[in-house]
Amino acid sequence: MRRRLGSPEDLVRLRESIIKNKAPGKPGISICGGTGCIALGAEGVISAFKQEIQERQLDTKVDLRITGCPGFCERGPLVLIEPKNTLYQRVKSEDVSEIISQTIENGSVIDRLLYHDPKTDEKFIQEGDIPFYKKQMRLLLGNNSRIEPDKIEDYIALGGYSALSRALFSMSSDEIIGEIKKSGLRGRGGGGFPTGTKWESCRRAEGDIKYVICNCDEGDPGAFMDRSLMEGNPHSILEGMIIGAFAIGAHEGYIYVRNEYPMAVRNSEIAIEQAEEYGLLGKNILGSGFDFAVRINRGGGAFICGESTALMASLEGKVGEPKAKYVHTVEKGLWERPTNLNNVETWANVPLIITNGADWYSKIGTKGSKGTKIFSLVGKINNTGLVEVPMGITLREIIYDIGGGIPKGRKFKAVQTGGPSGGCIPERLLDLPVDYDELTKVGSMMGSGGMIVMDEDTCMVDIARYFTNFLEGESCGKCVPCREGLKQMGKILTDITEGRGREGDIEMLEEMSVGIIDGSLCGLGATAPNPVLSTIRYFRDEYEAHIKDKACPAGVCKALIIYCIDEEKCPGCGLCVKACPSGAITSTGKKKPVALDQEKCIKCGACYDVCKLCAIKIR
Amino acid sequence: MLVGILQDIQAEYKYLPREALEEVHKGLSIPLTQVYSVATFFKAFGLTPKGRHLIDVCLGTACHVRGAVRILERIERELGIKSGETTKDLRFTLGTVNCVGACALGPMVIIDGQYAGQMSTNKVKPLLESYD
Repeated sequence: MRRRLGSPEDLVRLRESIIKNKAPGKPGISICGGTGCIALGAEGVISAFKQEIQERQLDTKVDLRITGCPGFCERGPLVLIEPKNTLYQRVKSEDVSEIISQTIENGSVIDRLLYHDPKTDEKFIQEGDIPFYKKQMRLLLGNNSRIEPDKIEDYIALGGYSALSRALFSMSSDEIIGEIKKSGLRGRGGGGFPTGTKWESCRRAEGDIKYVICNCDEGDPGAFMDRSLMEGNPHSILEGMIIGAFAIGAHEGYIYVRNEYPMAVRNSEIAIEQAEEYGLLGKNILGSGFDFAVRINRGGGAFICGESTALMASLEGKVGEPKAKYVHTVEKGLWERPTNLNNVETWANVPLIITNGADWYSKIGTKGSKGTKIFSLVGKINNTGLVEVPMGITLREIIYDIGGGIPKGRKFKAVQTGGPSGGCIPERLLDLPVDYDELTKVGSMMGSGGMIVMDEDTCMVDIARYFTNFLEGESCGKCVPCREGLKQMGKILTDITEGRGREGDIEMLEEMSVGIIDGSLCGLGATAPNPVLSTIRYFRDEYEAHIKDKACPAGVCKALIIYCIDEEKCPGCGLCVKACPSGAITSTGKKKPVALDQEKCIKCGACYDVCKLCAIKIR
Repeated sequence: MLVGILQDIQAEYKYLPREALEEVHKGLSIPLTQVYSVATFFKAFGLTPKGRHLIDVCLGTACHVRGAVRILERIERELGIKSGETTKDLRFTLGTVNCVGACALGPMVIIDGQYAGQMSTNKVKPLLESYD
C-alpha cells in the first residue's frame, strides 16, 4: 500500500524506511529481463531461480530482482550477484541450482560461467573488471541492474526523486533552466540542440497551456538505447520530465513510445501509476502545489514520427507529416500550443544534473559535447550491446577496447553512426573523438546513437542502397524531392548493385543529393542522402568496381557474384547437397569434392551457411 | 488518440475491418476519410485479414549486415508468398520489421512475438514446421 507523500520530508522518511527494511549485505541476484536476454532464454532462468529459492526456503535471505538491460547483450542471459558484483554470463536454467548452492550459500565462484576474454584467455569475476565495462561510464545505465523497473521503491532507495524534490522546493524555474544551460546538455535524439535553450524558449512562449513530450519513438534500425532506458529505469525519465515541466510551466505531458517495444510500454505505464500513488505525479506534487499529469501514446510504426512535428501530428490523431520549421514547436507545437519535446536519454540526464550540479556534469566530455552518450554497438563486432561512454572517447576505443574488435579475424571496413541518415566512417578516421561537431565534420552525425560496425564482407554500395530504400519507404511523401528523389536514387543504386551501373551514375547521385537536401522540409529528407554521400566520399573505389568491372569486391551483390566449390578444401561430406534447395549441388562420390551447377544455382547462400570448412567460395 | 484506438482494434482482429473503421468514424465524429488516411499511413495497420501466425523478419541494419535478406528470401520461397502477403490457407502472414532491438542475436525472425535469433537459411524450414 503506497501512501501519498505530502512533503519533501515524507520522501526522505520513505527512503529511510525502504533502506532500513533491506538488510545490508544480503545477497542479491539480478537477472536481466530485457528484451535481448529474454530472446536468449532468460525466462527459463528466471523461473528456475524462483523455484529453487522457494524449494530451499531462501525467500527472506536473498533479494531476487528481474532488472532491465545491463548492456552486455552478446553474453546473455546475464546474472549479477551482489554484494561482490560477480557477473555470470550465458546462464542456462540448468546452472541455477549450482549458482544457489555454490555462490549464494557458499560464496564460491563458478568458473565456467565467468567471462573469459577470448583474446587473452583471462577470466573476470567482477562486472567492472571486464574489458567491455572498464572504459564505460555508466551514469544512466548503471542503475539498470540495481532496480526492478516495476518497483518505484528500488528507484527511491537509490536517491530517486530527490532531484525533483530539490527542484520544486529550493530552485526557481530560472535557476533550473540556468543549471541545464550551464551543464551543456544537448539533445540526445540526434539534433544536438542545447536543451536548456529549448526549455527557455518554451518557458518564454506565450500561452497558458504548455506541453512536454518524451520522444521514445526509437525507429533507427540498429539502435535500442532508449528502449533499454525506458524498460530498465522508467522513473529516471519520468523524474526528468516532471522537473522540465515545472521549469517550463507545463501541466500535461506525453510519452510517445514505439508499439514494437511492448515491455517499454508496460514499464512506463506501471511507473506512471506508482508515481501517482505516491503523489510524485498528478495534483499537488509532494505538497508543492505543482500539478503535472503524463499520458502514454503508442506509435503506429512510422519512422518519420520520430521527427518532432510529425510526432505531434500523430499525437493529434493525424497522419505523421512534418510541418515547416519556421514556426518553432516551442511556440506552436501540439494543438498549436507551446511544446517542449526531448528524447528519452535527454530527460534521463536531467535528474543527474540537478542532483550533482552543472559544474560536475560539464567536466565530463569535450568542449562542445558534455556528459555521456549511450551507443548500441552492433553489426560485425564481438561484444554486441549497449555501451555508455564519456563524450570525446575515440571510435577506436569503443570498437576495439570495449567492443572487442571484429569477429572471425576479419578486417574492419567502416562504422556507421547516426542511423539511416548518418554516414559511414572509414578506418583511417577511427581515432576521431566522439563529439557532435567532429562527427558532423566527417559527413556523419551523432544521431540517436546507433553504431553499426562493418567488416570486409560488407558491401558499401549495398549499404547505401539499403538505407536509401529504407528512407524511401519511410518518407511521408509530402515533399516531392524526398519522395521522388529517393526513389530515383534507389533505382540507380539497385542498378549499380545488379550490374547495370553506367558511367556518370556516381555524379548523378551526388547531384540529386544536393536537390533532396535543399528541397525537403524536415530532417528526414535533409539528411537522407548522407549514407550515399559518405560512402561515395570514402569508398568510391567500390562504386567504380561495381560500375566498371561489374564486380562486388565484398561478395554481397547477388547479380555480380557466383558461388563455387574450393575443391582442395571440400571433403564431399554432402551437407551442402542436402541444404541446396534447387538441386544445384551434387555428390560425385565418396571423399570427392561436390559439383555445383551454375545454371541451377539461385545464389541463396544455403551452402555457404552450412559448410563448416569454408569450402564454398564467393567470387 | 485515434492511433491508439486503431491499435486496439488491430490487436483484437489482427487487421482493421471496414465495419470497425465506420464505428470509429461515428463514435469520434471525424470524417471516414481521416480514419482511412491514418489507417493506411502507419505500418502497424492492415486492411486485410491476417494469417494465424504472424512472421516478422527483422531487416534492421544489424540484421541486414548479417544476411537477413537471405533469410527473408528463403521464407518467401518456402511459403510461396512475398513479404506483406498471407498464405492461401491463412496459416502465415509474412512481414518485415525495422529493428526489434535484439541486434546481438541477428539475423532475427519473430513469429507471434516469439524471438528466433541467430537464424540461418537452413533453420528456416524446421522453424516454420513447428507452427501448425
